[in-house]
Amino acid sequence: MELLAFGDTGWGDELFYATLMTIAVSITAMFIGFLFALIFTPLKLSKNKFLNFIANSYTTIIRGVPELLVIYLFFFGGTGAVMFVASIFGYNEYIEINAFITGAFAIGIISGAYSTEVFRGAIQSIDKGQFEAANVLGLNKFGKFFKIILPQTLRLAIPNLSNVWQITLKDTSLISVTGLVEIMRQSYIAAGSTRDPLFFYSFAAVLYLLLTFVSMKLINRLEVKYSRGY
Amino acid sequence: MDLELMINSLPKLLSAAVITLKLLSVSLIIGLFIGLFFAILRLNKNIFINRFAYGYSYVFRGTPLLVQIFIIYFGLGQIEYLRSTVLWVILKEPYWCAIIAFALNTGAYTSEILRSAFQTIKPGIIEAGKSLGISNKVIFYKIQIPIAIRQSLPAYGNEIILMMKGTSLASTVTIMDLTGVAKYIISTTFKPIEVFIVAGGIYLFMTFIIHNVIKFLEKKYSFN
Repeated sequence: MELLAFGDTGWGDELFYATLMTIAVSITAMFIGFLFALIFTPLKLSKNKFLNFIANSYTTIIRGVPELLVIYLFFFGGTGAVMFVASIFGYNEYIEINAFITGAFAIGIISGAYSTEVFRGAIQSIDKGQFEAANVLGLNKFGKFFKIILPQTLRLAIPNLSNVWQITLKDTSLISVTGLVEIMRQSYIAAGSTRDPLFFYSFAAVLYLLLTFVSMKLINRLEVKYSRGY
Repeated sequence: MDLELMINSLPKLLSAAVITLKLLSVSLIIGLFIGLFFAILRLNKNIFINRFAYGYSYVFRGTPLLVQIFIIYFGLGQIEYLRSTVLWVILKEPYWCAIIAFALNTGAYTSEILRSAFQTIKPGIIEAGKSLGISNKVIFYKIQIPIAIRQSLPAYGNEIILMMKGTSLASTVTIMDLTGVAKYIISTTFKPIEVFIVAGGIYLFMTFIIHNVIKFLEKKYSFN
């Protein structure tokens, strides 16, 4: 137990901050994923074959390639890409990108591919009559989307989005390879310096279980809220 | 684009893909038995057995695969007692540690898939078997299992693809699988995009094959 003490003697506070970091990266990644879904879902539903192809390539590639490989691409390629862009503008110094941004972006792109599929499925399963009814009521484009389609999409999407959230949360453990100090990385450091890997990795597992458990409870509430009237 | 590097790294990556496939197939076979075992436990009416099986799948589905591999590879070696048993022959090898972690992980997901498949079997089918005078054992092996397998094919296909991606984590415990070799080439040449295209292409190709095999099986065993 003294291994988990707060302060200089134990790893309690370090692991606490690492847990906050995991939560922060997961939420940021999920949010970036939503932004990607916002772009690619309309492309998927579009009647234009070319736009379809772009969106399908995105979701197929990301969902068919291991997360770790995507993270390596961003970890090793991210700095190069930014420095290349900077060099166009005449800046040739070395640029170090923050591990948080690289990690959140890599996980966000992965999460976005899953979110896109969820939103596509949800919008497609909304009854055609709803779109027609919205037209008949004379709502403009925004009213149609925000008042009629979005609330129904959310209700259908929340159960699947909670799966995406779980995947995203667990994927953040992979960012530890880039050196960002989240739960996994902190456990690795603690296990190395105390020579007690069994305890710290098991504790990491408990932390992840706690995170998934609490987030499931919160999402269930949301699900109830959006299912009012059904 | 460094085409030469892409062509040169292709044979290395392909031979690493064989290791990925080995890891995948061995852990899937072991995982299928674990999954079937726990799915049967889940259907048991005894609340303790039931809870135990639920706990197993909850823990393995609720924690990252990376944690599971690390616990087995770094953690178990710490127990002095284990080092003196026969098990140590297996547990000191990263290859087998990875396979144990993968098998337990996919076993948890498989047990959920099979459980829901068993539960969707209409009771009428089992009753029909009973009224024909077939024993419970034969009903289970000849009626329930084939139907459950057919029901769970689409979900299991997804699980195979997820597991194939999961095997990339073997590279974190020194195994040179496809991702491990890709990372090695990236870190020695600093050409991440080229290597990503080749390695990612191999992964996509394997996904494509698995996807189509499952689709074929689904069609072959469809009820209509």
